[in-house]
Amino acid sequence: MNLLAEYLLNSPAGGLPQVLIYLISMLTACAAVVVLMLLLVMFFTWWERKVAAHIQDRLGPMRVGGWHGWAQPIADTVKLLVKEDIIPDAAIKRFFNVAPVICFIAVMMGYAVLVFGPGLTAADLNIGLFYLLAISSLTVIGILMGAWASGNKWSLIGGMRSAAQIVSYELPVALSMIPAVLLAGSLNMGEIITAQSGGIHHWFIFNNPFAFLAFFVYFVASLAENNRAPFDLPEAESELVAGFFTEYTGLRFAFFFLAEYAEMFLLGAVAVTLFLGGWEGPLGGTLIPGWLMFIFKTLVLVTIVMWFRWTYPRLRVDQLMRVTWKYLLPLAFLNIAGVAVWMIVTG
Amino acid sequence: MTSNKGFLLHMGPQHPSTHGVFQMKLRTDGEIIEEIEPVIGYLHRCVEKTAENVSYPGFIPYTDRLDYVAAMNNNLPYVMGLEKLLGIEVPERAEFIRVILCELNRIGSHLVAFGSFGLDMGAFTPILYAFRERERILKLLEFVSGARLTFSHILIGGVGSDVDDDWLRGVTDFCEYFKPKIDDYNNLLSYNKIFLERTVNIGILSREMAIAYGTSGPVLRGSGVEWDLRKKYPYSIYERFDFDIPIGRGEKGTLGDCWDRYIVRIEEMHQSVRIIEQAIKNIPAGDYKTKAPKVVKPKAGEVYSAAENPKGELGFYIVSSGTKTPERVKVRTPSFQNVLVVPEISRGFMIADLVAIFGSIDIVMGEIDR
Repeated sequence: MNLLAEYLLNSPAGGLPQVLIYLISMLTACAAVVVLMLLLVMFFTWWERKVAAHIQDRLGPMRVGGWHGWAQPIADTVKLLVKEDIIPDAAIKRFFNVAPVICFIAVMMGYAVLVFGPGLTAADLNIGLFYLLAISSLTVIGILMGAWASGNKWSLIGGMRSAAQIVSYELPVALSMIPAVLLAGSLNMGEIITAQSGGIHHWFIFNNPFAFLAFFVYFVASLAENNRAPFDLPEAESELVAGFFTEYTGLRFAFFFLAEYAEMFLLGAVAVTLFLGGWEGPLGGTLIPGWLMFIFKTLVLVTIVMWFRWTYPRLRVDQLMRVTWKYLLPLAFLNIAGVAVWMIVTG
Repeated sequence: MTSNKGFLLHMGPQHPSTHGVFQMKLRTDGEIIEEIEPVIGYLHRCVEKTAENVSYPGFIPYTDRLDYVAAMNNNLPYVMGLEKLLGIEVPERAEFIRVILCELNRIGSHLVAFGSFGLDMGAFTPILYAFRERERILKLLEFVSGARLTFSHILIGGVGSDVDDDWLRGVTDFCEYFKPKIDDYNNLLSYNKIFLERTVNIGILSREMAIAYGTSGPVLRGSGVEWDLRKKYPYSIYERFDFDIPIGRGEKGTLGDCWDRYIVRIEEMHQSVRIIEQAIKNIPAGDYKTKAPKVVKPKAGEVYSAAENPKGELGFYIVSSGTKTPERVKVRTPSFQNVLVVPEISRGFMIADLVAIFGSIDIVMGEIDR
């Protein structure tokens, strides 16, 4: 149950049928989440360019809007909207058109269960984490569909790589979530955060060494899940031109782009939820609003992801598979066993 | 293409990692390369034929456009050949200036190779660092020649203009600034675990094959052959300088892999700095240019003049029939010889490895197609 529904039930509008109240509160929350997501993505495109620029001894966007080019994302959006929309002759039109939307929706639906602050969630599911895992694996269908429908061999290779990569890396991602679930005793995102309240030493990342390792495994695997460097093979520019979205332009390209950046935040947010105490401040209290704390923590993680991208070279496709099957997956299993034993020993 | 099984992929001519308008037809099995057919000629500009229709000095600007990343080094062998034909002695100061300019340009060229190799491997940042340093080199070269890319500054009998002490101090400052930067590059890229994974034991060019294919420059030296024209057939005044020939040692894996070719370039930047510092210390006073004839009309004869370019041996075979235009100019370009090994050494590797191999060969299309 989210905050808005609670408020409406106790207000004079509480006389309305309960279904209607839930529907209104749900839709409002969804709209709020979508708007937030779009704003965050716009901010991240600007932020990534700034981070990249400063790592590379440049300034990045400085002109549009005056102060450090803050309006650059708006200009970019307008540009993408008015760009010519090209569908290649060789493309399978129906799938080509729908693929970016699938990618986008899959990521967007993941936002539904994020808990930004106490009660600040669109859908308070008791199997939130499970739902998130299920829904986020849909992106691979969109990617594969777009790649295949493009009628371009580079796209196809990119799509195939992506399918192999995302399917492989979903395992360590999912398995490294389990330690946090064990510690919290719940799949509900809100309850997982509540279990970590009371200051930095209660956060699951510092709970025991295995949980710390689990966070590490999750973080590395989520890079690959999101096709970010050093695992950005599906869109490896120097090999595959632009990977699965080589043939996409304008708005359709923007959807893929949006999905990538939105997923970057989503995966960061899940890490914050599971291991870094969610909306809880490091000293336990809440000096700043919880949702701001949540976004700030996620921003830190996202910045680290960007830092990786502008520092590291890219792995090769077989090396990538080796990393997950030989190192991350066994490590993830070890963590589950380790946390379970730890919990029994320490009671 | 001999077979028609598998997946046919056209890599290029418009592709981010073919370093220009170069095409490779790949026959792959999944991502494993079975066969490669290189297709060249997209940048053909009839350079050799043009030479037969312009005056001798008139061809100097065309040499700039062969390896446009290292134009100074291109001017030098052609001009040296003409000087040999005409029997012109170059003043000592001019020789020193030539060496400084060429070595600066060599560093610039290696920086481009280093940066774009990083880009090929998916590391975006090295190229921006490399270009930051290269910018200082270009500023120095622009100061003496007025151009940033196609200098045409080395002329018959000397160089285009004299250099003053301020400029020489600027070069010294650059050397001081640049030396620690090479360590930065090593920390950032050369010894990075992922970078090593991508380049070590990839695209192994054996010593014998390197010699058989007529490769030169860092590609040949990366295979462990100690061959540098500046040492073996000293031209200009290179025999006066003390420097080493860096060669590949198979330090991280097999001799002649991509990493060996890469690290040779990094080491060569050190050596170039050494040469520049010695040249600045010993540069004599005097003329920067001797009197060259207004109309260049060498006696009938022929000459082959070669120099060690950043990419390898660049040679000009000039035939004179005693007229104002050359009878024939044959250009032996290093990139053309070096790129020939690509189909041979990349068979059985993956598409991503082909990018690594290609980047480690460091070609310039202007040289290959001419």
